Amino acid sequence: MAVSRINEAGLNVNQYGNRNVIINGGFQIFQRATAATAQTDGNFLTADRWFGFVSGGGAYTTQKSTGNTGTISHDTAWKIDVTTADTSLAAGDYYSLVQKIEAQNLQQLAYGTSNAKTITLSFWVRATKTGTSCVCVTKNDTTQYNYVAEYTINASDTWEHKTITIEPNSDIKAASGAIVNDNGLGMQVTFVLAYGSNYTAGVNNTWNDSADFATTNQINHMDSTSNDFYLTGVQLEVGDTATDFEHRSFGDELARCQRYYFRIDADESYKRYANGVYYSTTAAETMIYLPVTMRAEPSFENTGTSTDYAFYDGTVRSISSNLALNAASDAGTMVISGTTSATTLGNGAIFLSNNNTNSFIAASAEL
Amino acid sequence: MLNIISNAKYNKDPISEQNVSISCVMNGRNVCVPISEDNTDYQAILEWAEEDGNEIQAAE
Repeated sequence: MAVSRINEAGLNVNQYGNRNVIINGGFQIFQRATAATAQTDGNFLTADRWFGFVSGGGAYTTQKSTGNTGTISHDTAWKIDVTTADTSLAAGDYYSLVQKIEAQNLQQLAYGTSNAKTITLSFWVRATKTGTSCVCVTKNDTTQYNYVAEYTINASDTWEHKTITIEPNSDIKAASGAIVNDNGLGMQVTFVLAYGSNYTAGVNNTWNDSADFATTNQINHMDSTSNDFYLTGVQLEVGDTATDFEHRSFGDELARCQRYYFRIDADESYKRYANGVYYSTTAAETMIYLPVTMRAEPSFENTGTSTDYAFYDGTVRSISSNLALNAASDAGTMVISGTTSATTLGNGAIFLSNNNTNSFIAASAEL
Repeated sequence: MLNIISNAKYNKDPISEQNVSISCVMNGRNVCVPISEDNTDYQAILEWAEEDGNEIQAAE
C-alpha cells in the first residue's frame, strides 16, 4: 500500500537526522593525532573540529580516549590531562575547549528574528574536580553575544550527562542577533577549564555582549597535574529538550570533518599523493582532488622540509624548493608545485613521499 | 590568540606569474596559504603583516 503522508505524531523525534550542529561531538575522528599532544593556544591538534585555548602558566595535553562504551554508549571521548598546574590564575589567563560552527549550518535557529528558536546543548563530562563549571555559547556574527551557563560536576572521575537549554533574548531576536548565511563563523561552543577574572563576570543562564565566558563560580580544572577532564556526546540542537545523541556513521562524520581538514599520512616510504606533469624541465605540478568540497580554498600543510617529498617521472627526484600551491587550487582541489633536478618537459609527475613515513599532506579550511 | 608567523613569502603561479599563495610557518605549522579572503590563515597573515616590522617576502 502506498503511503501518501507520514504522520509526524507517530514518529519518535530521536529518529530525525541532522539534528546535531556539532561535528565530531562523539570524538570519533582524529586525523591529526590520537596520542597526548601539548595544547597550544587556539590550534587544532588532535580531535577534528575541536581546539583548545591556553594562556597562562599552566599547560595541558589532549588525546583520544577509548573504552567508555559500557557507561555512556560512546566508545570515544576527548581526554584533557593537566601537565602543568596553574594554581593562581592571573586576570587574563584562560583555558578552554572550543568548537566553531559554520554560519550557514545555523540558519534554522532563525536568530535575528522574532522567530528565534530555543536551542539545547547536551554532553557527557567526566572530571577529577567536582563543583561548578561553565559552558559558553557564543553567537559570533553581527554583534557578538555570549550565553553563559553553569553545570555541576557532582562526582569525581565519573561520567555525568548535562543538559543546558538556551532561550533567545530580545537581543538575539533583534537584527543584531542575526547569523549571516555564509561560510564564515556563526557560533562557537566553549567548555571552560579555568578563566581569569577578566572573563568571569558572566551571569548564569544569561546572554552578555562583553567578553564574559564564565561566572565567578567556575572551578579551576587547571590547579593540579592530577586533574583530568573528559568530554563526549556533545550535541547542540533546536528545541527545548535534549534528544538522544545523534550517532552518525564513521564515514559520515569523517566527511563532515573533511570539509574543514583533510589529511593523508605517508603510511609507506614512497606514498603516492597526486599525479601531474612537468611544466618545465625542473618544475612539476600535481592536482589533488579533495574528498569533499571544503569550506573555503584550503591551506596546504606539509612537514616544511622539501626533501621529504619528491616527484617521480621514472626517476625519483627530490623537491629542492618551492613546494607551493598554484593558482588553479580551489575549495575542491589543491594544485601543488615544486622544483627538482632537470628532466624532460612534459614528463608525467607523481607527487610522493621521498623514502620516509613521517611526511604528510593536509588541506586546512578551519573556521 | 596570538598568531606566531615567520618566513612568510609569496609564491607565483608558473603560468599566470601572479602571486597566488604565501608560504610560512604559522604557530608551528608549515603551511602554504592561498590568497583567499575566506581562508582564516590568510586573514591571520594579513593581520600579522599590518604590524610594524612584519613583511611578506617577494616570490623568487
